[in-house]
Amino acid sequence: MDTQSVDTRTQEFLEYVQSGGQVETGDWMPDEYRSKLVKFIEMHGNSELMGVLPERDWILRAPTLQRKLALTAKIQDEVGHAQLIYRVVEDLGKPRSASLDDLVSGKAKFHNVFHYPTKTWGDVGVIAWLVDAAAIVSQKALLKCSYAPYARIMKKICWEESFHILHGRDVILAMVTGTPEQFALVQEAIDRWWEPLMHFHGNPIPAEEDPMYVWRIKSQANEDARQEFLDGYVPQIRELGLSIPDPALAKDEETGVWSYTEPDWEKLRAVVTGHGPASEERLSFRRLSREDVAWVERVVLAEAA
Amino acid sequence: MIYEVFRQERKGQPLQHAGTVDAPNERFAEIYAREQYGRRQESVALWLVPREAVSEIDEFPDEFEMKYRRVDGYSIKARLREARERAGTLEAAPTPGTTE
Repeated sequence: MDTQSVDTRTQEFLEYVQSGGQVETGDWMPDEYRSKLVKFIEMHGNSELMGVLPERDWILRAPTLQRKLALTAKIQDEVGHAQLIYRVVEDLGKPRSASLDDLVSGKAKFHNVFHYPTKTWGDVGVIAWLVDAAAIVSQKALLKCSYAPYARIMKKICWEESFHILHGRDVILAMVTGTPEQFALVQEAIDRWWEPLMHFHGNPIPAEEDPMYVWRIKSQANEDARQEFLDGYVPQIRELGLSIPDPALAKDEETGVWSYTEPDWEKLRAVVTGHGPASEERLSFRRLSREDVAWVERVVLAEAA
Repeated sequence: MIYEVFRQERKGQPLQHAGTVDAPNERFAEIYAREQYGRRQESVALWLVPREAVSEIDEFPDEFEMKYRRVDGYSIKARLREARERAGTLEAAPTPGTTE
């Protein structure tokens, strides 16, 4: 196909997705769309897989049996999500083994929040409540992704994430209605996690300049997602008597817009390129466990042959 | 081998495409599908179909545009107005846009 007709076809495709058109696996798609899709969806899969690690540490240390069970169920969900997501990437042409290779080599990215250590049980509550809440804001927008197979699995993912948030909020509520030490643990966790939370939705690039939005892979600009998160959760945090470590955080009552201390975007870039406080430790763990379980894959594939 | 997974939310509901699993055989496909699409008893049924068993029809040519067999092939407005005029029932008629 000559470049002229590919360009026309690409332009038509762009107009199609921008007016709400949906794309299925076997449909023709421009190379750039396919590669952006793979990159975006793979990063999500990586994040679900890496997101397991901060929580996995706490299963044996959770304060009650019920919390251990809930944490285990949450982790099971997240691994399940990773499996669904990598399956979607495979149908776009990149085998799972290549995605995992890129993850452990540091070539592919995963969300900033999973590059940080969990220091206390307060962290576990804050992650399950606020990090998952930030994630669900983005994930609800992904329900409208132009690539239909991904939009479809997002429905299931969003449905399961709602339990995660409630579990997280329950953990936090138990602590803020407990002892002063427990309350302090939650406050301290919020003080440490606020910066990664403000980084989470990405820098405030205008939607029209974000290729992911242009192709309608994302249907929401980064800043809109952040504003939605602040709208929903700042009141929920403050009503518990907890404070947020940003004196500039305030909502303009007329415009409805939240203003805040500008996050350090260079720091975000450093974290997601593998220079976060726990990045190397987590990636090493992934590398090791991959080697450890390679025999399972061999046995399963041999059985089928 | 890729299996397409369809799920049924409740009895009486249509089966809807939920996603896929990659499994070496039917036994593994069932285990994976239960795990990935049925963890929470969220469906009353899952159907697994090997992708190669699915044949897709996605072109429906309509060269003759046979409008006469569709609702949009009929425009009765003008004739209805004339009929009402002749019968003297035009004033009593429901206004356009309401159910006729």
